[in-house]
Amino acid sequence: MSETSATSTTPDRAAIEQFITDALVELGVDEGDVLPGAALDDLEIDSLDMVELAQSVKRDLGVPVRTKDFDGIETVGQILELCYRKAGVE
Amino acid sequence: MSDPQRGREVVVTGFGAVTPLGVGAGVLHERAVAGDTAPAGSHPAVRHADFTAGDHLPRNLVRRTDRFTQLALVAAEEALTRAGHRAGAPSPWLPERVACVIGCGLGGTASFEAQREVYEKEGAGFVSPLMIPQMMANAAAAHLSMRHGFRGESLCVASACSSGAQAVGTGMRLLASGAADAVVVGGAEASSSDLVAASFANAGALSPSGSSRPFDRDRDGFVIGEGAGILVLETAAGAARRGAEALGAVRGYAATSDAHHVTAPAPDGGPAARAVTLALREASVAPGELAYVNAHGTGTALNDRLECEALRQALGADVLAELPLSSGKGALGHLFGAAGAVEAVATLQALRHGVAPPTAGLRHPDPALGPLDLVRAARKLTTRARTGVLYGLSTSFGFGGHNAALVLAVEGRS
Repeated sequence: MSETSATSTTPDRAAIEQFITDALVELGVDEGDVLPGAALDDLEIDSLDMVELAQSVKRDLGVPVRTKDFDGIETVGQILELCYRKAGVE
Repeated sequence: MSDPQRGREVVVTGFGAVTPLGVGAGVLHERAVAGDTAPAGSHPAVRHADFTAGDHLPRNLVRRTDRFTQLALVAAEEALTRAGHRAGAPSPWLPERVACVIGCGLGGTASFEAQREVYEKEGAGFVSPLMIPQMMANAAAAHLSMRHGFRGESLCVASACSSGAQAVGTGMRLLASGAADAVVVGGAEASSSDLVAASFANAGALSPSGSSRPFDRDRDGFVIGEGAGILVLETAAGAARRGAEALGAVRGYAATSDAHHVTAPAPDGGPAARAVTLALREASVAPGELAYVNAHGTGTALNDRLECEALRQALGADVLAELPLSSGKGALGHLFGAAGAVEAVATLQALRHGVAPPTAGLRHPDPALGPLDLVRAARKLTTRARTGVLYGLSTSFGFGGHNAALVLAVEGRS
C-alpha cells in the first residue's frame, strides 16, 4: 500500500485526492479511471479492497477512519467525501 | 486409437514450469541438460526463481495472491497455451468439464509471515483481510479456476514433498472416473524464508554447506527451491477427438504410506518400493523397459540411501545398475509441493528430447549406495521397450511418509 503523504498533520483536500488516487492505482485501477463518479464495482474494487483502503487511509494518511465507515460507499467521490469529512476539510 | 484401452490412456497435451532455472519448461530442460545450477538467494541454502509476477500477471491479481499462486498461474498459462487454450479464443473444453488439482506442501507462508509482522508492529486492526485467501493452500487451484473460468472440481493436494506427484495422480483418477474431460494438474511452492529454512535446518534436512549434492558421498542435505510445474491431461480419445497432439502420456501412478515416522523414511524402503511396483503395474511396464529414472534424490544422507534401496527392491539390482538415473534437486533445489510436478515435467522433457539431464552438484558418487548408473553429464536416452516407447519413472516422497511414483511415456522418434 502506498506510503506517500504519510504525515502527522491533517492533509488538505488535494493531498487526500492524490492519496486515494494512488491507493486505487495500487489496488489495480487504471489512473485514468479514477474519477469522482466512477462506481467501485466497475473498477473491480470489492469489500476486501475497501478494508485495505481504510487501513491505509488510517495508517498512511493519518485520517481517523474506521473500516465500517466505508460500508455503503459506492463511488470514488463518496470515498473522497468521507475522507474530507473525517479530516475536517469538507 | 480404436483400441478402447488406448483410448482411456492419459495423455499430456500441455506442460509448463517456472523454476529456479527460469520461466518455461524449455529453459528448464536446456539448462538442466547443460548442467547449470541456480545461484544461492536470500539464504545460502535457498534457490529463487528469477520471476517477477508483475511481468506476467495484472496488478490486482498480483496483490491478491501469494507467490506460490503466481508461479502456478504462469506455469499454467504456458501449459494451457500449449494445449490450445488461449485467452480470448474459444476454449477447447466445456468449462464445467475442466478440473484443477494443484499440490502445495506449505501454502502461502510468506504472506502469513508478513502479516504476522503487521499484527505485532501495527496491531490487529491493520492485518490484511487478504492474508487468508493468499495463504490458503488451495489458492493456486482456486485462482486457476477463476482466471480461466474452469468450473469442474478444483482442489489442493497437500502431502508435503509428494504433493505435486499426487496431484497428477489425483487428476488421472478424475479423468478415469469420467468426472472431467481435461485436468490441469501440478504443484506450486514458494516457502523460502529464513524461518522456514531454520526449521528444516534444525530437522537436519537442510544443507549446512548450502550445496545440494544428491547421491554424493559428501551430501549433507537439500537446498530450498521455489516454483511450479503444471500439466494438462486428457484421455487419448478425448485429445484425438479435438485434434490435440499428445505430447506424451502418464501411463501409471501409485502412492503408498510408510506408516512409520513424520520425517524419517521407513527403514526398509518397502512402502516406497511398493509405490514404484504398483505404478509400473498400472502402466503395464516391466522394470527393464524403463529408459530413465528421475529420482526424488533430495541429497539428504537418509533419503538417497533409502530411495536407492527402494528402487533396488522394486526394479531389481541388475536393472537398477544399468538404468540412467538423475535428480533435478542439485540444480533446482527442493521445490517441496511443486517438486513432483516439476520433475514430472522434467521427466517428460527428457523423454521428448531423448536426453537425460545430469545430477548437478554430484562429484563423488557414494559407493555405499550400491551399483547405480548415475547420469553425470547429459545422456542420450534409448528405448528399452520392444514398442519403441521411451518410459520414464519419477519418484516423490514427502514428510508424513507419503510415497508416490509416476510412469511417463513418449512414443519413440524414428
